Amino acid sequence: MSRRGPSMRAEVLSSRMGRAGVGILAALVALSAATLASGIGEAVREWNDPAAWLTLPRSAVPAWANVGPDRLAEHTVVAGAVSGEGAHSVASHALDVGAGAVPPGLMLEYAARHSGSALLELHVMRPDGARVGVAAVALAASDGASERHGRVFLADESVRRTVEMRSGGAGAAEAIFGDGRGGALAGRYAVIAELHGAGGMAEFASTRLTVDGGAYGLMGTDEMRRDLAVGLAWGAPLALFVGVSVAVASVLIGLAYGMYAGYRGGRADEAMMRANDVVYALPALPFLVILAVTLSSSIFVMVAFLVMFGWVAVAKVSRSMALQARARGYVEASRLMGQRDSRTILRHVMPQLLPYALASIAISVPAAITTEAGLSFLGLGDPEYPTWGQMLRDASLHGAAARGLWWWVVPPGLMIALTGLAFVFIGGSLDAAVNPRMRRA
Amino acid sequence: MRYALTRSLAMVGVLFATLFITVVLVGSGMDDILGRSVAYHVRAEIAADPALAASFADPGALEAHIAARIAEREAEIGLDRPWWSPERIASSMWRILVLDFGRANFLSSDTGSTEVADILAERLPKTILLFTTATVAISAIGVGLGAMASSRARSAADRLTSAFAVISSSFPVWWVGLLMIFAFSFAWQVFPPRATPDVPPGDPSYVASLLYHMALPLMTIVLVGFGAWSYLVRNFMVGVLQEDHIAARRAIGVRERRIVYSHALRNAAPPIVTVMALSLSGSLGGAIITEAVFDWPGMGRLYFEAVLAMDLPVIVGATYVLTAFFLASVLAADLLYMRLDPRTAAR
Repeated sequence: MSRRGPSMRAEVLSSRMGRAGVGILAALVALSAATLASGIGEAVREWNDPAAWLTLPRSAVPAWANVGPDRLAEHTVVAGAVSGEGAHSVASHALDVGAGAVPPGLMLEYAARHSGSALLELHVMRPDGARVGVAAVALAASDGASERHGRVFLADESVRRTVEMRSGGAGAAEAIFGDGRGGALAGRYAVIAELHGAGGMAEFASTRLTVDGGAYGLMGTDEMRRDLAVGLAWGAPLALFVGVSVAVASVLIGLAYGMYAGYRGGRADEAMMRANDVVYALPALPFLVILAVTLSSSIFVMVAFLVMFGWVAVAKVSRSMALQARARGYVEASRLMGQRDSRTILRHVMPQLLPYALASIAISVPAAITTEAGLSFLGLGDPEYPTWGQMLRDASLHGAAARGLWWWVVPPGLMIALTGLAFVFIGGSLDAAVNPRMRRA
Repeated sequence: MRYALTRSLAMVGVLFATLFITVVLVGSGMDDILGRSVAYHVRAEIAADPALAASFADPGALEAHIAARIAEREAEIGLDRPWWSPERIASSMWRILVLDFGRANFLSSDTGSTEVADILAERLPKTILLFTTATVAISAIGVGLGAMASSRARSAADRLTSAFAVISSSFPVWWVGLLMIFAFSFAWQVFPPRATPDVPPGDPSYVASLLYHMALPLMTIVLVGFGAWSYLVRNFMVGVLQEDHIAARRAIGVRERRIVYSHALRNAAPPIVTVMALSLSGSLGGAIITEAVFDWPGMGRLYFEAVLAMDLPVIVGATYVLTAFFLASVLAADLLYMRLDPRTAAR
């Protein structure tokens, strides 16, 4: 094998298909590594926690696809730059608004410390120089030691009324962001929050401004306001884990089973192959459903279930290959010399099957990934982890395809297909290397 | 004949193995459900009879009476023995074998029956209709296209077929279903996104409505399926076309069309049928999930609903019926193989 290794690597890399497969796989591995290494680790725990996604919009289109005449406002979240001293603190938020629809709402979240009561005042400086007052809120007296948290919404009835009254009848959002002709005034805005303390001290600990819009981020959001980029990124390590571990385990088990049966021959072979036939004839999906429903839907248990159906085909092929190998002279010689069976298998039979094993590992991966995705789609996936199949399940449950939310439907499936394709390509070029007869065709 | 008999016996053996595994897997869960339904019925009977409740002096005695009645009822249906006792397993297997799946917990058939067998009888024909139509369409397109590609090996058409086969086979069918809904129900509103017919069964236009609603799922399954089949046919055919007897026919001047579509195809048929029979399991699984995507009122959607509601009796029944259906199609493929390859029959 060590002698064949480099030549097989060369074989894979020499075909265009093999290079494409290795390229896609490398990109997926990089994405997985980046995901696992980055702080998104927090996000995966929050995936099913609606409270974690409150600041994002519902079913927002990806920002890059938000073009054309019906351009929606972009959903933006900006942290405030805090300055000031004594009893006066200012948090300013720089905000770029593009042409198109007017952002329908705005929200300020703050954490502040103040001794005595305080006044929070929020206003917007528009690109055209105009100043629009949004709200003035009296904060109840505090001891100055503990942080007070609060929010100011434009959607709040009193805030909205005040802005509308001051602007002379126009809607609150139009008064802040409008250009007077129904669209948004493009340019840089400054949203400024000021805290005036009645006592000796008042300061913002932190502030965050959220401007509502129908477009968000790289991949948009789903109906539960979740950032789809987070789910898609998390799907990559999960899919690779499921695909690769199922493929490696099934091929190893199938190889050992088939090799033993083929090498021993006779009654043992017959009995082992009949048992193999039974598993072969089981319809995989109904069984996986029963197993997942009755035992567990943990992703690790799911891997074991998939292995139970994955090893059978490999066992069949490796048995016939082992039968052929047994007939070779040097295997016969090794047996006649009194080598133990295990040693003969390991030294003389196994090396002949290894290239085939590598190719079948690569070819088994896509099936494992699509089956896991299918089970997740039926609602039997591990609820702890956002796999691509689960994203598609959520999309289907919310009728995303019929409602035209393509950014929720297309990317997860495309990722499944791309991952599968990478392994199909690698497997195909390995197969061509192992099986030169195929090249003729 | 002997071959057909041994194959049929083997299939019955597999069916029993499936039954056994199912019963073992769901045994404790089913006992829970049965126990709860017995308790529910006993309490309902006692609640319906106020005089009986009044005849007990204190609530404790009433509870003791209820517990005694529940135990009595459980003993009647054998629940007093653990589910893994041989008699219980045998009786559970027997009940499933004769299609007595009990009552569903939540789901019901269109006619309002909660008997699992009734629900299945309503759903299975729809799956068979969709799956069989799709399989026939796929094999027709696949064999035709594969034979065409093999006769022009390495042409642009051949490469296109191969590339399409490789790429389409890595798409999950049901995802392509979602894309089809997006394309044909949202972008161009040609077909309905939900494949459930909107007229009640029995209405004269029911069949037309059913077929109209079937179009989108059928197109999806065929679109994703035929590539792999044509690729398979092509690969076997390329091998056969290189054999000597084909060269001999060419030499005596048989027309190429006739060679490809008659002689070579007949020679390539046995392995093609075998591989296709083995791929049935995968395509059945794909079709089941595709049904769930389109709300096609077959077994797939039943699974989807049953899993959502954790309706164990329905899941058990659906698994058994699907397994039987699957084994029957594998057997059919086996017998077809026997017809195509006389060597098997002689063996």
